[in-house]
Amino acid sequence: MSSSGYDRYRPPDPPRRRRLRTEGGQRRFRGARPDARGDGSREVPMVDDAQFSSYYGRHIVKAPPWDEKISTYMFLGGLAGGSGLLALGAQLTGRPHLRRNSRVAALLALGGGTVALVADLGRPERFHHMLRTFKPSSPMNLGSWLLGAFGTSIGIAAVNEIDRGTNSRLPLGPLRRLLRWLEAPAGVAGGIFAAPVASYTAVLLGDTAVPTWHASRDHLPYVFVSSAAMAAGGMAMVTTPVDQARPARVLAGMGVLGEGAALWLMRRAMHPAEREPLETGGPGRKMRYAERLALAGGLGALAAGRSRAIAAIGGCALLAASAFARFGMMEAGINSTKDPRHTIEPQKARLAQRRAAGVWDDSITTAGEPPASGQQSPGS
Amino acid sequence: MAWFTEKPRAVARAHGARAGDRKGFFTDTSICIGCKACEVACKEWNRIPQHGNLQLLGSSYDNTGGLGANTWRHVAFIEQDAERIQTARESGRRLVDLGMPAVGPPARSAAPPSGARSALAANRTGPPSVFDEAAAGSTDTAPPDTDEFRWLMSSDVCKHCTHAGCLDVCPTGALFRTEFDTVVVQEDICNGCGTCVAGCPFGVIERREDGTIDAKSDRADSRYAQQIPNAGTANKCTLCYDRLVDGQTPACAQTCPTESIRFGDRRDVVAKANERVRELHAQGRTEARLYGANNNDGVGGTGSVFLLLDEPEVYGLPPDPQVPTAQLGKMYATAALAAVGMAAGALAAFLGGRR
Repeated sequence: MSSSGYDRYRPPDPPRRRRLRTEGGQRRFRGARPDARGDGSREVPMVDDAQFSSYYGRHIVKAPPWDEKISTYMFLGGLAGGSGLLALGAQLTGRPHLRRNSRVAALLALGGGTVALVADLGRPERFHHMLRTFKPSSPMNLGSWLLGAFGTSIGIAAVNEIDRGTNSRLPLGPLRRLLRWLEAPAGVAGGIFAAPVASYTAVLLGDTAVPTWHASRDHLPYVFVSSAAMAAGGMAMVTTPVDQARPARVLAGMGVLGEGAALWLMRRAMHPAEREPLETGGPGRKMRYAERLALAGGLGALAAGRSRAIAAIGGCALLAASAFARFGMMEAGINSTKDPRHTIEPQKARLAQRRAAGVWDDSITTAGEPPASGQQSPGS
Repeated sequence: MAWFTEKPRAVARAHGARAGDRKGFFTDTSICIGCKACEVACKEWNRIPQHGNLQLLGSSYDNTGGLGANTWRHVAFIEQDAERIQTARESGRRLVDLGMPAVGPPARSAAPPSGARSALAANRTGPPSVFDEAAAGSTDTAPPDTDEFRWLMSSDVCKHCTHAGCLDVCPTGALFRTEFDTVVVQEDICNGCGTCVAGCPFGVIERREDGTIDAKSDRADSRYAQQIPNAGTANKCTLCYDRLVDGQTPACAQTCPTESIRFGDRRDVVAKANERVRELHAQGRTEARLYGANNNDGVGGTGSVFLLLDEPEVYGLPPDPQVPTAQLGKMYATAALAAVGMAAGALAAFLGGRR
């Protein structure tokens, strides 16, 4: 390959493992593995040897400009949604402490989440533009409407609780009677919007070109509602006396089981290159913490009927587990955009799969059309 | 489950009397000389602020890296050796065989044995460089070294997809479909939520941050100081919407010295692209292929069509992009089911816990 007589003066290239750099300036990845990247992880190789070129290893799909604020929102949104459900259950079954605490927790979590959401915007002063249209093709838009509806209903219910808790000291004036009259219907409405608020964020992530998020689309809603159930149950275990918190413990336990199962199924359905960001680096660590804390919290929920202290510790573990899972999921997606491998390998695999299945006409790359048949697509 | 993607042309037709034919680019990378005049013209016309602080990437003559909020045209620069040329030619040949069995490369361009570099010069498969295009039919004036290596240069741009992921997921309606069937951001509406950035399968659109890597306080005195318009909003190629409404050609196509970037009705540019790829195949350059001309692909065909000389990922393009919204119906159904499951779980928790 030498093109100059001076090449023989050049010392031989040191041998490289797996990652080769050709003269063309293109990197060729020979099944790049996590352990080859020197990040200290000792994962077993998961990706078969695959060869492809990329444009100087630069990303193809862009990561959205989302950071911890959006992860925080997803955690708090789930907590709010789960708490809304608990509040409705408590309202209908006559558990005043659980009802009060869940309503207030839902309002606070939703308020904090909304602040995080607005702060993450590039132009926060235009946050209300989210509601200038109703657009079902945008999960973010639909979510904003959901959030508005849920926030209004749970807000009315929670303001009543706060007002009662402060012996009617809130300066509500004549509104107090209206609010009291609206309290029960608002609690019911909040309960209805609660579960969708907990699950729509999964669609928000799934409806993107980010490899790991898009690949998780069939299972992520189950992960997120389970995570929300866990967080809300955990919060109620911390705030509510054990004799009223039994439904919260059961809900949290179901969340632990649901999340474990959904995560396992989700990982199994993914292409190895899409799964890898979930299992390596910072996000991988967060997902592992989430699983362990969920397990610990679940055990705590089993034993929490006897002791308020155990309930509080278990509740904190569940809250932390939910937060870790949201942060891990968010960061895994961001990481999956950084290396073009996560984009190229699954795409090439699915293209090859469709070709193997006899579908020839849906590739974006074509050899052009024969001259005679004008608009006919190639291969048909 | 494609209920949430746009019907092709439906929105453009809704513009009524103003609706024009779908406009598009044909970027013929085989005659791109990498001069970057398109990048400059685009920046000048659209008043795009500078990207970074004039740092060099150190990997090639390309120091822009990729498309972004402040780079709406990006010229990729790739240097390849003989082995890579051979691989590209072979992968293109497979595509030819697959797509149109009847139209193979002509007999004179028998495939050189793969991996046999030395045999390549003998088996010259047609004119290897753009210079021969000009002197078609005359003697071979190609520089003697082009079989050993080649430079790929390609001007990338927003694809203006038939099913645009960015437009579908935009919550504010800031992104809209124009009467020319292109996709444009209304900068006064966009609130910078960033969903479109993740929605684009090509990684084109991006949120404009401060524009330089300097802290704002430093930048005020620096010689790079400049006004950053539309900070915090999503930005991308508009296919020069402001020029189109006046019947003008987009700045990049207008300035391209080799006509590598052609602009016109999408139907016409796709026809031109097909003609060009046939021409190259007839010369034995089976590495030539089209990108985005197929209306059956994952994004319903792109408004910007490319002629590439290697696999798309070599240029930093996704090999099988799909608009995420195509799955949205199913995703909503899954989310609804999950929500119902959660509510049922809560119900069970309360009923089971009744004491």
